[in-house]
Amino acid sequence: MVTTTSISEATPAERPVRRARINLRRQLTGFAYTIPTLVFIVVFFLTPLVLVAKMSLSKYGLLTGDEGINFPRNYVSIWRNPLFWPSVWFTVQYTVLVTVMLLGLGLGLALLVQTVTRWSAFLRTVFLLPVSLGLAAASLLAYGFYSPAIGPISPPLEALGLIDNPIAFLGTSLAALLSTTFLVVWKFAGFYMLVLTVGLQGIPDDVHEAAALDGASSWQNFLHITLPLLRPSLSLATILCVTGSLLAFDQFFILTKGAPDNTTVTAVQVIYREAFQRQNLGTAAALSILVLIVLVLINILQFRFLRGTERD
Amino acid sequence: MIAGKQEPLLGRTPYYVLTGGLAIIFLFPLVWSFYASVSPQAGTAQSKGFGWGNYQTMFDFGAGLPTVAANSAVISILTVAITLAVSTLGGYAFARFKFWGKDALFLLTLSILMVPYATLLIPLYVLLNAVGLSNSLVGVALMIAMFQLPFATYMMRISFEAIPRELEESAQIDGCNSFGVLWRIMLPSVTPGLVTVGLFAFLAAWNDFFAPLILLTDPTKQPLPVTVANLRQQTMGVINYGATEAGVVVMALPCIILFLLLQRYYVRGFMSGAVKG
Repeated sequence: MVTTTSISEATPAERPVRRARINLRRQLTGFAYTIPTLVFIVVFFLTPLVLVAKMSLSKYGLLTGDEGINFPRNYVSIWRNPLFWPSVWFTVQYTVLVTVMLLGLGLGLALLVQTVTRWSAFLRTVFLLPVSLGLAAASLLAYGFYSPAIGPISPPLEALGLIDNPIAFLGTSLAALLSTTFLVVWKFAGFYMLVLTVGLQGIPDDVHEAAALDGASSWQNFLHITLPLLRPSLSLATILCVTGSLLAFDQFFILTKGAPDNTTVTAVQVIYREAFQRQNLGTAAALSILVLIVLVLINILQFRFLRGTERD
Repeated sequence: MIAGKQEPLLGRTPYYVLTGGLAIIFLFPLVWSFYASVSPQAGTAQSKGFGWGNYQTMFDFGAGLPTVAANSAVISILTVAITLAVSTLGGYAFARFKFWGKDALFLLTLSILMVPYATLLIPLYVLLNAVGLSNSLVGVALMIAMFQLPFATYMMRISFEAIPRELEESAQIDGCNSFGVLWRIMLPSVTPGLVTVGLFAFLAAWNDFFAPLILLTDPTKQPLPVTVANLRQQTMGVINYGATEAGVVVMALPCIILFLLLQRYYVRGFMSGAVKG
């Protein structure tokens, strides 16, 4: 210990003073290293948050700027926006579907690549490859993949006589929802595999061995040992997946643009349209604040719920 | 076979059939997008035989591929540099120093994760315009770097915490100040953390669509994702799928190569997160 050796040479009366001075210097040094973080948080996080709150209370056009407080008009107008409730409902459907599929497939893949073999390592790399792609790139890939013009799925089925016309992957609201879900699951499954693999590796082998000795089948072992012990990783995966899906934008903006008939518009897309198509930053800000509040509430609920069940 | 020492859930053959099938499903869209970009398509620059016509279309579109790729590169390099600098200093402070407000500041950094992109982008659009950073690649990089901070700061904090204290104490006895300790002693030991943070920041910045879409209105400033998305509707409602897929390949290739090279850091990033819960 550096500090104690140097302090021991001082007289007893000097010690507290010197220690306090060293302590203060050390505090200041530590604080100094966080100044860049602090500046970032104040300038790019707290200031915009205050500003968006203020904008949500004001008449604020994209081109006209701040025209004074008009509270509560922006918030009231959310309820009158014909796209609002359908977008909420669509976003919730999408979130539930994606979360169930991604957690299920992610866990399945994690279980399949658990062994330490070359084949497992290869599989892990393959499942992770789409993760390195951007969501926009993956959506543009899917844009061609699902198109009747060059999509690779319909031609062989047509040749076999199974279908007469190319499949309209984005033709109906349901088809578009399922096609987009498939794209997102393909892109993110590897990510959730990784999160859950980490959880699986945290479960000691002897727990499984003890259960096997007691005569548990591998299915019982999975259900009563693996799943409960995996709860922390599953919670983390759920929170990440729900948050990410509720804020979905790129995939629908690129793939469907709301088609058919504005039935595939997500909450964040409504914010974008308010701000840059209807050029009303005030209502867009009000919507943003609403989304923020809902997201924070959902995260608090998830933490509560997932922590509460952990005690069982 | 599958779950270590447990009785396997699947037999040997079904296991290989299932995993092999899954591997093909996961690889197929990637392979297809490359095939679609070089195969002949009516109404594109590559209408007869295989070749690079779609890449030529993509190259010439908008401000031209050199400009667009340079925009993407500038945003990515700036984001990586800013994220690394801020999170290294911050992570070092959070791991090794005690000071007033430390826990609050760390929690505040993590809370960035809770805030939707859209919520911050609308006021930032106004704010960056006000300070003359509208249409600025620097503005976009700062924005993306800010969203990287929760993960990056957390990652660097646990990387620094994993270094034994004896290492820096002996350096302090030799007369190093705290920055000397950080620069000469600590940084070499946290290289895996730095690579992980850098890789995540690069992938996020190279691929980001929403921030440039909103913050950059000048077409000559747009990076790849926005440009390729615009490329689709170039000729009067007729969609150029071939050139779009060429754009996808150009966007994806650097990410895939970088990912394959640095894969173990990517995976290790998750592992170290798990140790600390």
